Amino acid sequence: MNLKHVGNQTVVFANSPVILSSYSVVGPMEAQGPLGKTFDKVWPDNINGEKSWEIAESKLLQEAMQGAIDQAGVPSDQIDFMLAGDLLNQIISSNFAARKLGLPFIGLYGACSTMALGMAVGSMLIDGGFARHVLVGVSSHHDTAERQYRLPTEQGGQRSLSAQWTVTGAGAIVLGPSGAGPRIPAVTLGRVLDYGETDAGNMGAAMAPAIADTILNHLQDLQRQPTDYNLIASGDLGSVGVDLTRQVMQRSGTPLGPEYTDCGLLIYDQKQDVHAGGSGCGCSAVVFAGSIMQRLKAGELKRVLLIGSGALHSPTSSLQGESIPGIGHAVVIEA
Amino acid sequence: MPGQNLRPPTIAVTPQDYQDLTKKLTPKPTIVRNSFWAFMVGGAICALGQVIINLFAAAGLGRQEASTAATASMILLGALLTGIGVYDEIGKYAGAGSIVPVTGFANSIVAPALEFKREGYVLGVGARLFTVAGPVLVFGISTSIVVGMVYYLWH
Amino acid sequence: MFEMVVSAFLVGGVICVLGQLLMDLTKPSFTPAHVLVTFVTGGAILGALGWYRPLVDIGGAGATIPLSGFGYILAKGAIEGVSQRGFIGAFSGGVEAAAVGIAAAVLFGYLVSVTFNPKG
Repeated sequence: MNLKHVGNQTVVFANSPVILSSYSVVGPMEAQGPLGKTFDKVWPDNINGEKSWEIAESKLLQEAMQGAIDQAGVPSDQIDFMLAGDLLNQIISSNFAARKLGLPFIGLYGACSTMALGMAVGSMLIDGGFARHVLVGVSSHHDTAERQYRLPTEQGGQRSLSAQWTVTGAGAIVLGPSGAGPRIPAVTLGRVLDYGETDAGNMGAAMAPAIADTILNHLQDLQRQPTDYNLIASGDLGSVGVDLTRQVMQRSGTPLGPEYTDCGLLIYDQKQDVHAGGSGCGCSAVVFAGSIMQRLKAGELKRVLLIGSGALHSPTSSLQGESIPGIGHAVVIEA
Repeated sequence: MPGQNLRPPTIAVTPQDYQDLTKKLTPKPTIVRNSFWAFMVGGAICALGQVIINLFAAAGLGRQEASTAATASMILLGALLTGIGVYDEIGKYAGAGSIVPVTGFANSIVAPALEFKREGYVLGVGARLFTVAGPVLVFGISTSIVVGMVYYLWH
Repeated sequence: MFEMVVSAFLVGGVICVLGQLLMDLTKPSFTPAHVLVTFVTGGAILGALGWYRPLVDIGGAGATIPLSGFGYILAKGAIEGVSQRGFIGAFSGGVEAAAVGIAAAVLFGYLVSVTFNPKG
């Protein structure tokens, strides 16, 4: 059997899985941002008539996944796995969405890197011959995340300037073995790195070393340069994390050029008072499912590297003073 | 912790260098502007408290009672502003100016209780009322008892 | 009467600036809860030492509305309790003096939480 594993951490597929469809659902604030027109569905407010924010988040995910299935035109009995994850305790948004959809379910947790993780695992399932089609989706919700990780939303106080704003939104894709659409030829799964950042209000700084590590390993495994990509997009590093990633890459001998950006910087406008940018599983998911997919299909982008970035701490570990471990998973997408 | 991976690091930055770099690239709080707004809003809340004291005093309450009644009124005000979703908007600019006054105490009582209402009236609202009020009462009351004991032993 | 409002503004403003500096100059893990606890404890200690009283005389509400004023009332009550009732007063005095504030916070807090819904 031919080994598909290449170099340190990369998998190169024999038959690149195809992204048959993508679907994004967001809240009103994301719709007011610069990418507002690229989303498939916009909610009028963050709760949309549900009885709690948690149930609302689960509904976001369910709508995104249903939307992706409908657009792919694949009968549900040919979707062999549903891969999903989110930020809430015990990934309840995903569990409850899975309860509704009733497909064989693999729950994933990679914090905000979960979309890229799901795309990587889903592609391996398909190229390995374990599934015909795989549905991948993630969600995040500003209000559920705030009250789980930080303070109640109605509590008065100042967010630090390095803090990010959790995206209310869900993105989903359907992967298949063949057909029309952008392909995933390779993925690089990241490892957990912790360079000692303890401030949960500075998540970009906590994740940047892991992102730089994944990018470096990816480029080395495939013998590529950053300029081999039209777009290198990290998930949700925000302005501080992006600056740090550029610095770390520069010092490691592989500076990143203008092709590098961050989904957390793209999704909101500076005027929206989000401080360092967007964050959350939904951040990279809706930017990818919306804007990046459209630019790939339009031929504007030929080859993209999406690096999901995750901060793997919990409120408990933060209270106990532990530093924040970070992870980055990279997915190559070619038009 | 850093530097103990099974595989050697790929990035050419040590954890110490990285932490220095982070310190350099992370924006600092705008202390002067924050302090200005804390002064203005905190001062305004206290001035309003004084106006209420004056009103109660004019209505015939003694100095001590007027002050106590004003404090209770300010707690009600802080709670209501939190309920209608205004207090957190003030807090964005005022920082400590809206945290330190007793209205901020009311805010930190109502905010968690309000938000955990969906978890029920006993373990949601009832328990969460004391997320911040609990520590304040624990430390405040304990200190006062210690103060009383020291005073007792002294005299 | 009006001068009291001005001095309440000034004294209250300065106390709040101290709180702001406490937040901005410490680690981000120093939350609003830590600020409130620091102020109530600090107020009680200053009150016990007799240093908070002058602030109340000058600033009126400027010194009693900040949470340090709550600490001051607790300490003052404990001392008065001991003077009137001896040792047991150390336990009853503080809470008695602060009873209105505590009761108001519990009742109003509960009523408002039950009445309104969070906006997010």
